[in-house]
Amino acid sequence: MAPRNFVRTEIIPAQPPPAGTLGPLAWLRAHLFSTPANAAITILAVLFLAWTIPPLIRWAFVDAVWTGENREACVGAGACWAFVRAKFDLFMYGQYPPAQHWRVNVVGLLFVAGLVPMAIPAIPGKRWTVLYLLVVFPVAAFILLRGGMFGLTDVPTTRWGGLLVTLVVAVTGIVIAFPLGVLLALARRSRLPLIRVLATGLIEIWRGVPLVTVLFMASVMLPIFLPSGVTIDKLLRAIIGIGVFYSAYMAEVIRGGLQSIPRGQYEGAMALGLSGLQRTWLVVLPQALTISIPGIVNTIIALFKDTSLVLIIALYDLLGMIQSATNDSNWAVAQVPASGYAFAAVIYWALCFSMSRYSLFIERRRAAGRPR
Amino acid sequence: MRPSRLPRHAMDASFWRDERVRAVAAQVLAFAAVVAVFAWLVTNTAANLDRLNIRLTLGFFDERAGFNILQTPIPYDNNSTYLRAFLVGLVNTLIVGVIGVILATILGFLVGIGRLSSNWLLARLATIYVETFRNIPLLLQLVFWAEAVLTLLPRAQQAIELPFGATLSVRGLYLPAPVAESALLWVGVAFLAGIAAAYLLGRWARGRQARTGQRFPAASVGLALIFGLPILTFLVLGRPLAWEPPVLQRFNFTGGIPIIPELAALVLGLVIYTAAFIAEVVRGGILAVPRGQIEAARAVGLSSGTTMRRVIIPQALRAIIPPLTNQYLNLIKNSSLAVAIGYPDLVGVFKNTVLNQTGRAIEVVAITMAVYLFISLAGSVFMNRFNARVAIRER
Amino acid sequence: MKNRMIAAGFGLCLPMVAIPASAQTLNDVQGRGYVQCGVHTGLFGFAEIGDDGEWHGFDVDYCRAIASAIFNDADAVRFTPLNATERFTALQSGEIDVLIRITTWTMTRDASLGLIFAGVNYYDGQSFLVPTELELTDAAGLDGGTVCVQTGTTTELNLADYFNSRGLTFEAVAFAERAEAVSAFEAGRCDAFTADASNLYSTRMTMVDPDAYVVLDERISKEPLGPAVRQDDIQWFNIVKWVHFALLNAEEFGITQANVAEMAESTNPEIMRLLGRDGTFGEMVGLSNDWAYNVIANVGNYGEIFDRNIGAGSPLGIERGLNALWTDGGIHYAPPVR
Repeated sequence: MAPRNFVRTEIIPAQPPPAGTLGPLAWLRAHLFSTPANAAITILAVLFLAWTIPPLIRWAFVDAVWTGENREACVGAGACWAFVRAKFDLFMYGQYPPAQHWRVNVVGLLFVAGLVPMAIPAIPGKRWTVLYLLVVFPVAAFILLRGGMFGLTDVPTTRWGGLLVTLVVAVTGIVIAFPLGVLLALARRSRLPLIRVLATGLIEIWRGVPLVTVLFMASVMLPIFLPSGVTIDKLLRAIIGIGVFYSAYMAEVIRGGLQSIPRGQYEGAMALGLSGLQRTWLVVLPQALTISIPGIVNTIIALFKDTSLVLIIALYDLLGMIQSATNDSNWAVAQVPASGYAFAAVIYWALCFSMSRYSLFIERRRAAGRPR
Repeated sequence: MRPSRLPRHAMDASFWRDERVRAVAAQVLAFAAVVAVFAWLVTNTAANLDRLNIRLTLGFFDERAGFNILQTPIPYDNNSTYLRAFLVGLVNTLIVGVIGVILATILGFLVGIGRLSSNWLLARLATIYVETFRNIPLLLQLVFWAEAVLTLLPRAQQAIELPFGATLSVRGLYLPAPVAESALLWVGVAFLAGIAAAYLLGRWARGRQARTGQRFPAASVGLALIFGLPILTFLVLGRPLAWEPPVLQRFNFTGGIPIIPELAALVLGLVIYTAAFIAEVVRGGILAVPRGQIEAARAVGLSSGTTMRRVIIPQALRAIIPPLTNQYLNLIKNSSLAVAIGYPDLVGVFKNTVLNQTGRAIEVVAITMAVYLFISLAGSVFMNRFNARVAIRER
Repeated sequence: MKNRMIAAGFGLCLPMVAIPASAQTLNDVQGRGYVQCGVHTGLFGFAEIGDDGEWHGFDVDYCRAIASAIFNDADAVRFTPLNATERFTALQSGEIDVLIRITTWTMTRDASLGLIFAGVNYYDGQSFLVPTELELTDAAGLDGGTVCVQTGTTTELNLADYFNSRGLTFEAVAFAERAEAVSAFEAGRCDAFTADASNLYSTRMTMVDPDAYVVLDERISKEPLGPAVRQDDIQWFNIVKWVHFALLNAEEFGITQANVAEMAESTNPEIMRLLGRDGTFGEMVGLSNDWAYNVIANVGNYGEIFDRNIGAGSPLGIERGLNALWTDGGIHYAPPVR
C-alpha cells in the first residue's frame, strides 16, 4: 500500500531565480534602463563619458611627455609631465637649499611617525602621541627647518616654499585654530553674558569676512598694529591669520558638539561634586569633541584647501610655486600651466580625499559602537 | 547661620568662592583684557602712523581715481571718484554673487538629486563630481579655468561664430545687444498685466477649490498668462526689438554685450565648487525626510509629483535651508578670490587698486571687511526669516 | 602687594611695548647682522632667484652694496620678495630696512606714505610691449585696443592719462601680479602689455618667442626708479643715498671691482676721499671710513652693476641711454664726497 502521506526527507535544491532578474542584463535593466526616462539619462551619461574620458586619457597618458629638458619637449598636445619632473624639487621644497633637503624629509618622517599612531584607533598610548605631536614634534620641526642652532645652517623662511610651506601653514594653522576654537566655543556657551557676547562677536566677525582680507590684514597691516621695530616673520603672520580665522569655524563646530551633550551629563558631574573646570575638562569636553570629530575634520580640510590663498600675499606654497614656475621662459608652452595645475590638483585632492574618508571611517566606527 | 556672623577670614574665603562674585570678576577680567589689547593695538597704530606722518581720513573718496576698470556696470571712467570706483567694485561683486548663487543652486540641486537617483550610472557620476570638486582648493580651480582653459580660446580675429551673431574668443563672449524700439514698452505693460491676471486667477481658483472642491490648473494657466501675454504683444506689434551683433574692429569686438573671460572663469569656478557642497546639503536634506512620510503620502493616493512638491520638498527644505545659506554666503566671500584672476570685484578694485593708489591701507581694508560683514549678516538675517517661515508649525 | 603686581605687570609688558626711538635703523641692522631688503618677487635682470638658489639682479646688487658698506659682506642681506601691494606697508612697518623694487619716485609717495626716496638708480619711462605683427610705431595706434597692466602702479594711472588726453579709448585688464598680466597678454587677452620699459625688456626675454614682440620706442611717462627708506631716520637715509652716490662716483673716477685695490693708492684727492684714505666721511654717517672701498670691492661700480645685470653684458642688453653718467651724455650726476 502506498503511503498516504508524503513527507519530504530532503530539502528541495534552490531554484534559480526567474531569468529576468539575474545576470548582467537584468542588473542593467534594473539599474540603468528601468524606465524610459532612466534609459535616456543612461544614454546621455554614456555619451558624456565617451566625450570626456578618452580625450582626458589621451592628454594625461598617451600624448603626454614624460621626459625632457625644456619647452622643446612639450610642443605636442599632451600633458607636459617633464615640466613637473624638472621642477619637482621646487614644488616640494621651494628655494630651500638642496643640500639641506634631508632636514625637510626628516621632519616629514617625524610627522608621519606621530600621525600614524594618532590616526589608528587600535594603537594605544594616545596621550603620549598627543604630547609628542603638540610638544616634541613642533620643537624638533622648528629647529630642523629653521636651523641656526646645533650646527644646522640657518634657512630663513623666505626660502621655504612649495608643499613644505603648504604643510607648515596647514599644520601650524590647525594647532592654533583648534585650542582657540575650543576656548571660543566654551566662551560662547558660557553663562556669563559679557563673555558670551564677546565670543559671539568675535566668531561672527571672523566668519563674516573673506579669508583674503584677513590674510591681507595679517600680512600687510599687522606690522602697523604692533609697536615699531617689532616684526613678525611673514610666514608666521600668514599662519596666525589662517589660524585665528579658522578658530571661528572650529568654534562653531565644537559648539554643535557641546550643544548635543545631554543636560544629565552636567547634572551627573555636578552631583559627583566636580568643579566647573573639572566638569568641562573631564566630562563635557571629551564627549563633545568626540561627537564633533567629523565636523572638525571637515574644518581641517577646508583650512588645508585655503592654505593655497597665501599665494595672494606673495608666499610661495605649492600652488604659488607651480604658478610662478609656469612663467619660467624655459617652459613657456601651452601645455605647461594645465600640467602644473593638474599635478597640484592631484596632490590636494589625494590629501583632502583621504582626510574625508578618514572622518567617515571614524563616524561609522562610532555609529557602530552606539546603541540605536 | 548668616554669613555676617562668620569670622572675618571665613568671610574672605567665601567671598572668593561665591559663584556670583567669580562670575562678575571673570567677566570684568575678560572685558578688561579685550579692551587692553584693543587699546594697545590702537596706541601702537597711532604711534606708528604719527611717526610716519600718516593721517587716517576718508577724504580720498572724493578724489579722482584716474584708472580704468574692466567691467563697469554703473557709469564710470577714469575721471570718476574713488567712491565711484568702490561702488563699481561692489556692484561687480554682487553680480558674481547673484549669478553664482542662481547657477550653483540649479547645478547643486541637480547633482544632489542625481546622487540619489535609481540610475546607477547617474548616481556614480554625481558622486565622482562631488568628491572631485570639493576636495580641490577653489583658488586652484579658478586659476585652472582662467589660465589653463580659457586662454586656449582663439584670438579675436579667429573668434568662434555662435548663433545670432554672438562670438566667443579669448576676449570673452560677445552677445548681440538688444536695441529696443519705443513700442517695446507695451510688451512690458503686457508682462505686468499678465502678472496681475495670474494673481487674480490664483485667488479665484483657491476660492473655488475651497467652496466646491473642484481644482483648476491655476499654476500653468498663470504661467501662460505671464509669459504668453508679452510674447503675443511682441508678435502683434511686429517684433519691436532689433539685435545689434558685436562687430570686429582692428583689435577687438565693439557693440554687443561682452561677458569678459575673467567673469566667466570666476563664475565657472565658483559655481562648480559651490555646487558640490550644495549637492551634499540637498542630498542630506532629502535623506532626512522619514520614509514613512513618503509611504503615507502614497497611501493617501497622492501622485508622485504631488508627493515630491507637497511632502518631500517642504520637509527637506527645512533641513536644507540653514546649510544652504552658509553655502551662499561662502560663495560671496569666496568671490573675493577674483583678485587672483583679474576680475574687478570689490577686493580687486578697492582693496587692491584704490589701496595702492592712495596708500590708505587701514581705511580701505576696514571698509572692505565691513562691507563683507554687512553682506554676511544681512544674508543670515534674511535666511533666518525665511527659515522661520518654513519651520514646522506645531500645534 | 598691589604695587608689586602692577610693577610685575609692567615688567611683563615692557619687552613687548618698548618702542625703539627713531633713527635706529643702522643700530638695528648692525645688531642683527644683516640688512632686510625688499625686492621684486621675480623680475629677470632686476631681482630673481637664479638656478644657484641665490638672488641676482640690478636691485639685488644695490642691496648687496648697502650690506657691503655696513658689514663689508655682500651676503649680509636678507631679501624679502614683495608684490606691488605690500611694498610700502612692509617698509612702513619696519619689516624691511630699504625698498629697492623698481619703485617710481612720486610726490604722493614722498609726501603721504611716510617714506622718502634716496635717489634714482634707474631712469625709466613707461612704454608698451606689443606683437610685432601689429606694426605699431606709437601707443596712439592702440586706440580701441585692450591693454594688460599691473594694478597699484603708477603705470596704471599714466596709461589712463595718455589715452584720455588724446581722446582715445582703451580697455584695461588689471592684474594683481605682473606674471599674470604677462601670461594673459601672451594668450591674446590684450593687445599690449604696459609697464616701465626696463620691465618690458625683461618681460620680452621671458616670452616663448621674444622676436614676435617689440617694445615701442615711445615713452609716455617719466619713471625715476630708486631705493626708498622710512622718513624718520635721516642717518639711514644718508647711508642709502651715499652708497648710491659712491657707486656713481666710482664709475666716474674709473674705479672698478678689479682695480679698486690699486686705486686706493691713488693720489687723486677725490678718489682718496671716496675710498677713505682722506677724511672721516664714513664715520659721519656711522660707518667705517673704508665703506665705499668695500662696496666697490664687493659689487663693483654703477656701470658694472648695470652691465652685469641688465646692460650689454646680460641677455637683456639694455642701452645706458639716460642712465649713462653725465660725462657720457646721460643724467646720472652724483654730488662729490667732500
